[in-house]
Amino acid sequence: MADPQLVMYEEEFVQIQQVCDKLIRDANALVVFIVDKNGQLIATSGDYEHLDTTSLASLTAGNIAATGGMAKLLKENEFATQFHEGEKQNIHIQIVGQRVILVVIFDERSSLGLVRLRVRKANEHLNDIFESLLRKVQDPSIGNSPFAEITDEDIDNLFND
Amino acid sequence: MSFINYSSREINCKIVYYGPGLCGKTTNLQYIYNRTSPTAKGKMISLATETERTLFFDFLPLSLGEIRGFKTRFHLYTVPGQVFYDASRKLILKGVDGVVFVADSQIERMEANLESLENLRYNLQEQGYDLDKIPYVIQYNKRDLPNVASVEELKSLLNPSDVVPDFEASAPNGMGVFDTLKAVAKLVLTELKRGR
Repeated sequence: MADPQLVMYEEEFVQIQQVCDKLIRDANALVVFIVDKNGQLIATSGDYEHLDTTSLASLTAGNIAATGGMAKLLKENEFATQFHEGEKQNIHIQIVGQRVILVVIFDERSSLGLVRLRVRKANEHLNDIFESLLRKVQDPSIGNSPFAEITDEDIDNLFND
Repeated sequence: MSFINYSSREINCKIVYYGPGLCGKTTNLQYIYNRTSPTAKGKMISLATETERTLFFDFLPLSLGEIRGFKTRFHLYTVPGQVFYDASRKLILKGVDGVVFVADSQIERMEANLESLENLRYNLQEQGYDLDKIPYVIQYNKRDLPNVASVEELKSLLNPSDVVPDFEASAPNGMGVFDTLKAVAKLVLTELKRGR
């Protein structure tokens, strides 16, 4: 299969959340979120209650996938960074470790330069965390998927109207 | 590829609706969206042209309930069916957990069905998947139209070995829509149970 399954454990989730929380403060940003390249939201930080983060995650992944397709046509490996400038808000998108996407939304209280600087630092930390997570996922001694023991009945129950 | 989050106790899976142009992929998602309670669904996103043809994808997040203390969420995607959007179709198949092939039952669309199914198999292979090994169901859509091929004919063309679960449907009025979704979701969960 193409990629190993993405699994998130409490320990790594806390570390990732800490990186996001720190990035929000350091970059003076509005919202920070991390998305798997397949569009699954991994972590969110900041003032995101009014945002549809699920849709944003899916569109971010679509955006990165489309840009990746363009890179391939140009024989580039990938375009690791993207920036979208709006009238009031801006979005900075950074690929981390070829697997996940770090998104920072900010307004005039911050600047592209500051965001880029802080994202670079966060990128290093996140890279380390996701590498260790990947090792953990591939370690056979860590145990089975929680779904190994579900029964056909469990699955059927989900669909009882 | 499904995403198991022990921290939030969630499992996320991706299902892609594939098929030739105008076969009713978006209509399937629209029906599901309209008939699902607001608490179980997110916003439906359609990246479409001005003439409502899918340009990149449609997206609908659904929650199905809990299984062993884990919330199960399904992300439904459609691909653009028109032949020249192949680059986009490939991208959307990335990380797929289950596929629904929506066939257009009209006799004049048989060739388009076959071409699209072949394209699905090929694009999956490019991503490292084998259509014969992943959760996969077929929907014979547009059964309400007058000029349709018989189910036997459709089967012999699109499901000759008859091992793939298949359903008759008429997406605008909902016939077969949830049966198709349930079938593919069950296959995805059964695959997770096996631990892949």
